[in-house]
Amino acid sequence: MPEFSSLETGQVVAQREFPVTRDSLVRYAGASGDFNPIHYRDDVASQVGLPGVLAHGMLTMGLAIQPVLSWLEDSGEVVDYSVRFTKPVVVPATGEAVVSVVATVAAMDEENSKVRVDLTTTFEGNTVLGKAQAWVKF
Amino acid sequence: MLNPEIQGKRYPRTRPYTVGLEKLREFSAATFGNTADGFVVPPTFPIAIQEHSLSLVIADPEAGLDFSRVVHGEQRFIYERQLVPGDELTSELEVASVKSLGGNHMVTFNTEIFDKQDKLVCTAISTLVVRGEDA
Repeated sequence: MPEFSSLETGQVVAQREFPVTRDSLVRYAGASGDFNPIHYRDDVASQVGLPGVLAHGMLTMGLAIQPVLSWLEDSGEVVDYSVRFTKPVVVPATGEAVVSVVATVAAMDEENSKVRVDLTTTFEGNTVLGKAQAWVKF
Repeated sequence: MLNPEIQGKRYPRTRPYTVGLEKLREFSAATFGNTADGFVVPPTFPIAIQEHSLSLVIADPEAGLDFSRVVHGEQRFIYERQLVPGDELTSELEVASVKSLGGNHMVTFNTEIFDKQDKLVCTAISTLVVRGEDA
């Protein structure tokens, strides 16, 4: 398990790739209650001018924090988590959209034993979450 | 058309929502998280509570929020403590700001989530972009 004293700014603490499929979107719709059809119907997505069926922004936000939770185990907890949704993740009818997350220590708050972890979250080479920052309290 | 006059408006407290262990497990699985015993409560789960408050805004004719024109711009959660199964949570939403940007509006909602003892558990801050009529 990570210890606060062993961390330093710039350190990559976790990374993971997530294969997002249409199944993932249906599962998230059910779990979250967000049944907006742009997240599962191609015809509706194209009617409103989207490039295709999109992953829920909140699904991307939800998965992006997972590498941090796995890294932390019981050593700390997320006390503040924020993102900007900068680009959509288009999920094809078959196959998968791979979302990649790299978690890096960006700031240390020695006084409060808190660490800011920034989540570089990309899809097809584009950043899909801007200013994705989680404060972790140790 | 979004009514800028709703800035500062507070919506009534929602009915209690009981957090269920299996609901949390389902949400964790749906966000590619752990589902083994002792799994961490998914940090974005409070969105489900925020949703109840947001539905009051959508149903409010004064607000004029057309949800088919809405894009999620930003989201933040500030946690006072972790949620636990069995929590009975209510929420109260305030329209923190309404800004115009080109033909679009940006509206920010602050939703405070309270436990049964009326203690603040989490603040969910959501910024939505409402596309203009001709955008």
